[in-house]
Amino acid sequence: MTELLKLDGISKIYPSVVANDNIDLSIEKGEIHAILGENGAGKSTLMKLIYGVSQPDRGTIYWRGKAVQVRNPAHARALGIGMVFQHFSLFESMTVVQNISLAVPGSLSDLSKAIIKAAEGFGLPVSPDTLVNSLSVGERQRVEIIRCILQNPKLLIMDEPTSVLPPQGVEMLFDTLRKLAADGCSILYISHKMDEIRSLCDRATVLRDGKLVGTVKPSEETSQSLAKLMIGREIPHASHEAATEDGEVKLRIEQVNHTPKDPFGTPLNSVSLQVRAGEIVGIAGVSGNGQNELMRIISGETLLKPPSNGQITLCGQNTGRLAPMQRRRLGFSFVPEERLGRGAVPDLNLGYNSLLTGLENGLSSMGFIRFGKMKAMADECIAKNDVRCGGNSARASSLSGGNLQKFIVGREMALTPEVLVLSQPTWGVDVGAAAAIREALIKLRDAGVAILLVSEELEELFEVTDRIHVIFNGHLSDSLPTRGTNAEQIGHWMTGSFVPSTPAAAAS
Amino acid sequence: MIDSLTFLLAGTLAAATPLIFAAMGELVVEKSGVLNLSIEGLMATGAATGFVVATVTGSAVAGFTAAAFASMLLSFVFAALTLGFLANQVAAGLAVGILGLGTSVLIGKQYEGATIKPIANIDLGFLSDLPIIGKTLFGQDPMVYVGIASVVLITWVLNRTKLGLIIRAVGESPKAANSIGYPVILVRFCAIAFGGAMAGIGGAHLTLSYTPLWAEGLVAGRGWIVVALVVFGTWKAPRIALGAYLFGAVSLLELFVQGQGFAIPSQLMSAMPYIITIIILAIISRDARIIKLNHPASLGVPYTSGE
Repeated sequence: MTELLKLDGISKIYPSVVANDNIDLSIEKGEIHAILGENGAGKSTLMKLIYGVSQPDRGTIYWRGKAVQVRNPAHARALGIGMVFQHFSLFESMTVVQNISLAVPGSLSDLSKAIIKAAEGFGLPVSPDTLVNSLSVGERQRVEIIRCILQNPKLLIMDEPTSVLPPQGVEMLFDTLRKLAADGCSILYISHKMDEIRSLCDRATVLRDGKLVGTVKPSEETSQSLAKLMIGREIPHASHEAATEDGEVKLRIEQVNHTPKDPFGTPLNSVSLQVRAGEIVGIAGVSGNGQNELMRIISGETLLKPPSNGQITLCGQNTGRLAPMQRRRLGFSFVPEERLGRGAVPDLNLGYNSLLTGLENGLSSMGFIRFGKMKAMADECIAKNDVRCGGNSARASSLSGGNLQKFIVGREMALTPEVLVLSQPTWGVDVGAAAAIREALIKLRDAGVAILLVSEELEELFEVTDRIHVIFNGHLSDSLPTRGTNAEQIGHWMTGSFVPSTPAAAAS
Repeated sequence: MIDSLTFLLAGTLAAATPLIFAAMGELVVEKSGVLNLSIEGLMATGAATGFVVATVTGSAVAGFTAAAFASMLLSFVFAALTLGFLANQVAAGLAVGILGLGTSVLIGKQYEGATIKPIANIDLGFLSDLPIIGKTLFGQDPMVYVGIASVVLITWVLNRTKLGLIIRAVGESPKAANSIGYPVILVRFCAIAFGGAMAGIGGAHLTLSYTPLWAEGLVAGRGWIVVALVVFGTWKAPRIALGAYLFGAVSLLELFVQGQGFAIPSQLMSAMPYIITIIILAIISRDARIIKLNHPASLGVPYTSGE
């Protein structure tokens, strides 16, 4: 095999942190190579250096044997390096083929043909003339991949590609990647999911705190040994005794129908669920199936229109028409999916951000802010949840997504709620911290809190929940006891098979 | 009766043309993600410059060219503030707009109240002599047709060409556009320059054709109605043009009604074109889906290439 890309002693230093410290890396032609590491381990920085988004401070990049300086992403693409970002860089108001034409030369009709050909060849079904905003997240990812493929890359960088896919989609993606590799395209696969890396990748380079820990053959490792390499210690595992079944119903949603104002939102169709004190109820499903709409209705960001559209009862009180702050006064706490702008104010520091939900919980007195208490609460939250930041005066936008999420989850937990609703609480959070969050959730449950958890990660749902619902296209399934079901069943439901009128249901 | 109708229809096209030019320019600017509120000042500067240069040189072409350049130069100030110094686009637009109004007064100082021979209407012989439609369709000044052509051209460029896709991409997500290798600042700069030139031409059409004279305050809020046209026209060139013609028609109706001696307060009549245009555009454009598809998602948000 020949060496395609080699990094020699690459370092990148930011004012507050050494993001990459003397990294060596070598990628062969046709190899699927994993970059494994926790959040903040320096994976993204390293990819930015390879893709030319930023420049290394020390070290040399060799591309096909020659030392190169990758000046910018356009230069990287000219060399033959493509990248599929975690947050997609597609333009929503344009069609698939228009999007692709912005990156790939050729007339629209030629490109349409090329798209269909690539779609068939690599198992990426997508239609060229669809508007991107009507595509699901998984389909958008396919468009990104096709856009890269049509530029004939020698190296394809995939940044956490499976975080947006249902289990079946992951297999399809892996097939595509294997075909690409068989065609001679190398793949740099960034992930923190050990199982995926073990089933897909030829070699894995592990980063920890910006340093290279080692390069291993994942097929010869166990998930546990990989995880230990990655975080430098054993992962704490959430304990999981059965929930008490006689708790009082704290959150009850009955027959909620709702058509969102956003024309691209998902209407909810007769959604009912209940959460008792002392249990964790999970909602599984691929994002964009109505989770967002349901969360907004529960949190009070969207109010129900009376009276025919169902009912929400929180701690025994009808709350469908109450504003978010009124619901919080009843003992409700909420962690939204978007950290910046919804969970936290980007331009405010962490102290002020703890004020957002803590104002009525001891951080103010007679209308005045108690700054000392506010800072103490932020500091406690930072220390308790291992938030890596520059203290309580750090701006929320300066934290990495995972670190900010740890802060927000910690902030909400510190309010000692009676009902806690979380949406994707560990999305983008590193393995160690995610385990800590899950452990804390179970502790809260055992203390009698009613918890509703929306997550795309089945492993997470199976680890902490007591019952699982599945959401598909605005329909919510009945709940299954977590101990009495398996990932296969839930995965099948996630394709809509529990809804009477879908093709998947007809097939089963 | 036929005379009145001819007057109304022919006048509508002429009255709408200054708005069409400025609005097509502003459409491109907004599609690239920049909100330029200085149109009123840019049009005034173009109106004064066009008038002075055409008077001095005796050439309408020179007048329009000078107007385009003058307003483009002024729009560079806006570009420098918003693209270079990342100033707030609304505040920068207001400031440059006021600067433009002042500049126009300065340029036109010696010519306050002066008149000029309007640019000639085209004459296609018997076609132009047809009743009603002759004067309306075949007897306008050349810039009216250029204005109509610009609507067609801008629609085509924005929807059917790579250049249009790039402009829209930059306006929707400058980060993503940059990540696939397009120079966001350069695209926005060119859009602003184009918008400035078009506003200048629109302004010059006011003083060289529609009301062939120069007086301070002659633009009279047309720059603001242009901004409203673009937004309420949901960033679609044909709708914006429709709005401009509507505005022209109601303006003309006002003169007509006054001529008939109806006792309606003149202030109310003067406000009618603005009110009616906005109400009607708002009504036909309330489809949330169309707004969401056409609204440049990054409109008004400064862009830095840093991480």
